[in-house]
Amino acid sequence: MQRPLLMHCLSKTKIAMLKFDNVSMRYPEVGDVLRNVSFHLQHGEMAFLTGHSGAGKSTLLKLIPVIERCSRGQVLLDGQNLNKARNRQIPYIRRKVGLIFQDYKLLQDRTVFDNVALPLVIAGYGHNEISRRVRASLDKVGLLGKEKKYPVTLSGGEQQRVGIARAVVNKPPMILADEPTGNLDPELSAEIMHLFEQFQQVGVTVLIATHDISLITQMNHRVLKLDHGQLIAS
Amino acid sequence: MKHINKNQIKQDRWQTRTSGGNLVDKLQAYRDLHAHALFSSLGRLIASPFASVMTIVVLSVAISLASGFYILVANLQQLTGNLEASNQISLFLRDEVSNAKAHSLADSIRQNQGVQEVKLITKEQALEEFQAYSGFGEAVKALEKNPLPFVIQVLPKNSLENKQAIEALLENLKQETEVDFAQMDMQWVARLQSIMDVARRGVRSLSLLLGVGVLFITGNTIRLELHNRHDEVVIAKLVGATDGFIRRPFLYSGFWMGFFSGVAAWFIVTTTMLILKQPVEKLSGLYDGAFHILFLGFTETLALLAISSVLGMAGSWMVLHFQLQKLKPE
Repeated sequence: MQRPLLMHCLSKTKIAMLKFDNVSMRYPEVGDVLRNVSFHLQHGEMAFLTGHSGAGKSTLLKLIPVIERCSRGQVLLDGQNLNKARNRQIPYIRRKVGLIFQDYKLLQDRTVFDNVALPLVIAGYGHNEISRRVRASLDKVGLLGKEKKYPVTLSGGEQQRVGIARAVVNKPPMILADEPTGNLDPELSAEIMHLFEQFQQVGVTVLIATHDISLITQMNHRVLKLDHGQLIAS
Repeated sequence: MKHINKNQIKQDRWQTRTSGGNLVDKLQAYRDLHAHALFSSLGRLIASPFASVMTIVVLSVAISLASGFYILVANLQQLTGNLEASNQISLFLRDEVSNAKAHSLADSIRQNQGVQEVKLITKEQALEEFQAYSGFGEAVKALEKNPLPFVIQVLPKNSLENKQAIEALLENLKQETEVDFAQMDMQWVARLQSIMDVARRGVRSLSLLLGVGVLFITGNTIRLELHNRHDEVVIAKLVGATDGFIRRPFLYSGFWMGFFSGVAAWFIVTTTMLILKQPVEKLSGLYDGAFHILFLGFTETLALLAISSVLGMAGSWMVLHFQLQKLKPE
């Protein structure tokens, strides 16, 4: 039953992890937020998404876990056309994408362990498996030993790392981060970015929206630049 | 290309570790999820006792009204159930009719083709019967003369099938000069039974209405809970929770509210019946003493708990169905 590895790799490389094809997004109240955006990210690629405030970074990111659907064009995630996804398929699409937010979006009344475990509980993993994976994930972000703490007792940098641990605990093929260092000082930001690089090195596709130019220039990765809804560099 | 292939292999390694867990583990996890939802929703009810008690009291009053009326009608039915509709006709004779005349009238009626049986109750017999069963024995003794009339009880032939013939017979008998007043017994039994029908139907509609009330009260409570846990729901949605996963704890909350309201309603109804038991039995003792108050039985109690639990779940399902459709993450 084992497929030859080479064939497997070839078949997968044909399909980009993420593909935007002439995507436009229009809100009735605001007008066009994205205009004919086209690009693709290969499996295991890391890229920054940048641009001025209101350039459409967040909107672009929202299209990937189908928080919004684009008005024109198409978005393909691992070959699946997201425009055609039915509502009941959306949860399963979201499980393929680890989301990281500027405000961390942690549950304040739950421990670090419970926060990180949430995606696994949702995916229906058994108790032992959850425990093992949460520990592995917290170890990865350097928070092992803080499972029983509550988010409020942690610093901003630590809270964001809990958010990252939650995003990767289910081992999704892709990570999306929306201004993940927006609330952190430069030193912590560099640490967080370094973490993302580590995930990329194990083959995860990473897309980070940020306007922290100094950080981007320090790191040698692809940069997608949005200006008034149009992609002006990729 | 080479770079990508290398990454791809790493990705495969990362991914192979994701597809763990066999069927047994999954089933166990599913069972754990349900158990967790069942107990965590109970815990949440207990964590805010004041709000929970208020809701449960409102729900249980509605449920106990419905079940209380049900048991009331069941009791009344027990009272009237013994009375079978018969087509017997009672003829009350005029006061001045003599003993001989009464007997001759009874004989002449007996000759009638449509009559099966005729029974004459004399004034004396009627008085005796009245003294024995009415509870006014002493009062009757104080009377100077017997106020009761002769009564002739007439049982028509084929009584049930031929209603018009019976009506005709009744009209005929009314014409007799000695007859003061003729009455078909069936009429008042039939009337009583139709009153009971009305009552039964009334209770049914009232129960339906109260059931709808319970549905909406639970729905509204769940809507508030959903509102309070909005952040949690949004985060769960963002990390890939299905609507089913999000609904589950709320459905269990609805279940518990319904169930506890059912239990409380049972106590309300049973306590009320216990309070009524003594005076009712005293009253019944003054008559024949054949009446015993009915309580909610085992099956009825089970049905009460089941219906209230289902109503609780249905109410929360109804709200979740619409609210989760509306709710968009962010």
